Amino acid sequence: MLIRQADDIRPYEITPKSLYLGRRELMTGGIAAAALAMAPGDPAWATALEARKGPFSTDEPQTRRADVLSYNNFYEFGSGKDDPAANAASLTTAPWSVEIGGLVAKPATYALEDLLKPATLEERIYRLRCVEGWSMVIPWIGFPLADLISRVEPLGSAKYVTFETLVRPDEMPGQRGLFQPLDWPYREGLRLDEAKHPLTILAVGMYGETLPNQNGAPLRLVVPWKYGFKSIKSIVRIAFVEAQPKTTWEEMASHEYGFYSNVNPEVDHPRWSQATERRIGEGSGLLAKRRPTLMFNGYGDEVAGLYAGMDLRANY
Amino acid sequence: MGGRPTADDLQSPPPNLPHRGGGARLSWLGPGSWALYALGLSPGVWTFYLGLNDQLGADPLKVLERTLGLWALRFLVIGLAVTPLRKIGGPNLIRYRRTFGLLAFFYALFHVVVYVVLDQGLDVSAIVADIVKRPYITIGMVAFLILVPLAVTSNATMIRRLGGHAWQRLHRWVYLAAAAGALHFIMLLKTVTFEAAFYAAAVALLLAFRLVGRRPFNPLRR
Repeated sequence: MLIRQADDIRPYEITPKSLYLGRRELMTGGIAAAALAMAPGDPAWATALEARKGPFSTDEPQTRRADVLSYNNFYEFGSGKDDPAANAASLTTAPWSVEIGGLVAKPATYALEDLLKPATLEERIYRLRCVEGWSMVIPWIGFPLADLISRVEPLGSAKYVTFETLVRPDEMPGQRGLFQPLDWPYREGLRLDEAKHPLTILAVGMYGETLPNQNGAPLRLVVPWKYGFKSIKSIVRIAFVEAQPKTTWEEMASHEYGFYSNVNPEVDHPRWSQATERRIGEGSGLLAKRRPTLMFNGYGDEVAGLYAGMDLRANY
Repeated sequence: MGGRPTADDLQSPPPNLPHRGGGARLSWLGPGSWALYALGLSPGVWTFYLGLNDQLGADPLKVLERTLGLWALRFLVIGLAVTPLRKIGGPNLIRYRRTFGLLAFFYALFHVVVYVVLDQGLDVSAIVADIVKRPYITIGMVAFLILVPLAVTSNATMIRRLGGHAWQRLHRWVYLAAAAGALHFIMLLKTVTFEAAFYAAAVALLLAFRLVGRRPFNPLRR
């Protein structure tokens, strides 16, 4: 369990508000003209990223970029599917820092640039299956989380990794007002062996460019064999812990969302079936056909071994 | 369900309730109703049109399905609001109530058709499994099935055949249909949204009005 201490200082608290506000004004001023010409939700500041081809990529047709940018669950920007594209432009993603702590030999707060410096970016084309019953195929750009983990040297007692999303109500409208659907910060977690699995990446881009805000800029997790909500967005904090952490959705409704949340067509969500999914953009418009959902989202050959002997019905 | 009197209307029966021995004939389409049907159905038609032209975003089917369901719920709420509105001194829309009710039914019907044909692709076993195993679908289906006999009896012939009292009792089932519809909406979401909470509160308030209305508050009445 991640115990929050009273003297916790978040990275964004270290930067004085006046400073980052000032920077934001500069940025918005600079991009205002460019933004006028952009489609809604299309990030003005996207820059091209160099990446070599990585392993595990599927050759299935990729989901249209416009759909991936406009159909999002990112409750910090609102609970509607189109809220993130409409609201995420206000998020300042530079400067960005990630605090890495807990049971590690080298705890540190990294500026994003320093975190990325030793990383070799790869393109990984993965299936993404949302717990709601839809799926996409997305060409991510990122690097294995395992690389970062080995750099910070987890202690022998570290068994789990926890992640937290940014809390910044003045830039994230879903974190303001009366109807806040979740308890912030959004928290996720993986078992250490899941985190170190070669399929698990930290992504900084997609479709050859830096991540749009609504897709979790500037740094997000991608765990392709688990339901999409495990792939936490806009990470500001990573911690190594001994006990299995409580995740946001698990705390929200533990009988519906478990810690593991592996894609599993045989274990239904209590309120809906997980046997099939609608692949976004497949078929034409209203005639979208359902397709069978694959065990571990089709990554069973790679990850089934992680759960050998485990009852996946009990550990949903 | 339009045009049905409720407990609240006993002292003031709807103006178009048929009288024995021939009064004003209650037509299926009352005055002004054509315009209301056209207006009421236009959001559904428009959404369907957008869907055909790939203008509904990444998951057009879901948008169509949700929009139709939401309009069914909206017209149920509007229909339930007619009597309270009149009682608190608002306009008397009783002559349109049947239209509101039938619009709710049509939207519910389109919603179910889209679910069965486009969403589930007529996969009978998946649909039956959904209805049996998923409480939110069970509840939604109950709401729809309640609306069917109400829609079928929303005409003068059926009112006459059933008799005012039996017809009235039958149409009180709309209370359950609306409650089930609101619950169905809340239950299909991952978290309770403002929108879903709004409709649940509206239905709860309108049903509570009926309960309060039954109490003899005013000893001078009756």
